[in-house]
Amino acid sequence: MAQVSSIADEQTSTPLSSSKSITLRISRYNPKHDDSSIFMEFTVPYEKWTTVLDTILEVKKYFDHSVAVRYSCRQASCGSCGMMINGKPRLACFTKISELNSNVITVEPMKNFPIIRDLAVKFERLFDSHHKIKPYLIRDDTELESDAKEFLQTPKEVEQYIQFANCIKCGLCNSACPTMATDSSFVGPQALAQAYRYVADSRDKGKDSRLKIIDESHGIWRCHFAGSCSQVCPKGVDPAMGIQLLRGYLLGFRS
Amino acid sequence: MNQDENKEGIGGMANPTRYGIERVAYWLMRLSGLGLLAYFVAHIYETSNILRGQVGWDELMEMTSTTEGHAILAIVIGMCVFHTVNGVRVMLGHGGVGVGKPARPDYPYVSASQNYRHKIGIYSAIVLAAFAMMYGLAVMFGE
Amino acid sequence: MRESTIMKIHYGTAIAAVALVAVHILMRLTQGFAESLEYESVLANYKFVPYAIMLELILILLSIHGFNGLRVVLLELKQGRIYEKAVSYGCLAAMIGLIAYGSRTIIVTNMGMI
Repeated sequence: MAQVSSIADEQTSTPLSSSKSITLRISRYNPKHDDSSIFMEFTVPYEKWTTVLDTILEVKKYFDHSVAVRYSCRQASCGSCGMMINGKPRLACFTKISELNSNVITVEPMKNFPIIRDLAVKFERLFDSHHKIKPYLIRDDTELESDAKEFLQTPKEVEQYIQFANCIKCGLCNSACPTMATDSSFVGPQALAQAYRYVADSRDKGKDSRLKIIDESHGIWRCHFAGSCSQVCPKGVDPAMGIQLLRGYLLGFRS
Repeated sequence: MNQDENKEGIGGMANPTRYGIERVAYWLMRLSGLGLLAYFVAHIYETSNILRGQVGWDELMEMTSTTEGHAILAIVIGMCVFHTVNGVRVMLGHGGVGVGKPARPDYPYVSASQNYRHKIGIYSAIVLAAFAMMYGLAVMFGE
Repeated sequence: MRESTIMKIHYGTAIAAVALVAVHILMRLTQGFAESLEYESVLANYKFVPYAIMLELILILLSIHGFNGLRVVLLELKQGRIYEKAVSYGCLAAMIGLIAYGSRTIIVTNMGMI
């Protein structure tokens, strides 16, 4: 069941000189009392700079304020607004309507994440997987001496891991991963990329313990280098690269 | 699909579209692997007909040396070549070969691991499989 | 067995099988495809000990590689302690069964007990 609504002329925040509009289809689902999701359609005007998040907020403002959506920074820094946009996981704030080349924009909650309501999903599994790989520096020294300084790194050492440190935990990679589509126990590309981030960090001494954690039947070996995680990552983390480089340690290609 | 976990399910795993040629290669690798396993089991079973002597073997040849049999064999040849060539590419990738070097990312954030080397590997696997199928068909139907 | 060890075996069997299967296929092409599949020709292949050993190796390598691959696919489709153990041991049993069945063919034919 869908309803088509148009914005009232005097209420729009977008100048009326904009004659362009799209149909925004939003997946509505409340697990507490709905059996399945339905799509509600809204006609929303847009400009060349309008993002998907802008249109969703227009809908919330003028049509249906009950649409549940998570967002925060609106500049692809926080990773809150991840959702399926026209079948692909993207950040809503980072996706312009104009780049989608479609008059119909369908937004759904991210796949492979349990739904809280509408477009908001639960992140517990991602946080648990991330926590599992020990996302902190592991050192041999138990106490820092009183005159201890910062751990120095050369620019070259920083370059070994800095791109993986760009991860904003948006979860788009986990949503795109074909293994995550069916495997509930898989660690996921986000956690594996973060495992590499710490293994590659010259300050870290926990490589062996992390490799042991991921060397299991639902660990790194269930990645098959489909590369979808890297295709959707909005921050250039390239999790697929991190995972293959990490696997190189287990296969003996790297020491 | 588990509604609670909102998993895409087999449909998501089996859908090769949306994410580029690497996802297509993953899907073809799965299909060809399962197809080859099925053929392998059938092949071991059918070649055991040799234990029934000349009669058993001739019966087997009658069953397999047909148009359908040759067509199936041609598909097996294609699957075998693709699975092998792409498998070598994947194995090298798994070892970190050809996936690029970590660097400070800059907009528009093009992934280094989804590079031309691996794309060429995938397209080569597909092209070689096609050539092998054509050659196989020429040999089988040419006699 | 650790998963990394299983996967190293998976990759190793793949590489080894590629070379041997190539020889097996080339044998069909060098003689002429139809001629190479005649009963006497096939029998001669089985009776030639190095070729029989090669066939046995292919059987073992591809059984391991193939059924481990099936195990991986099945493990990704569904999870659970009992299911995973059933899949792992089931694939192992199927692997051993196929190797045993194929080995019987090779050994019996090689020894001329047809």
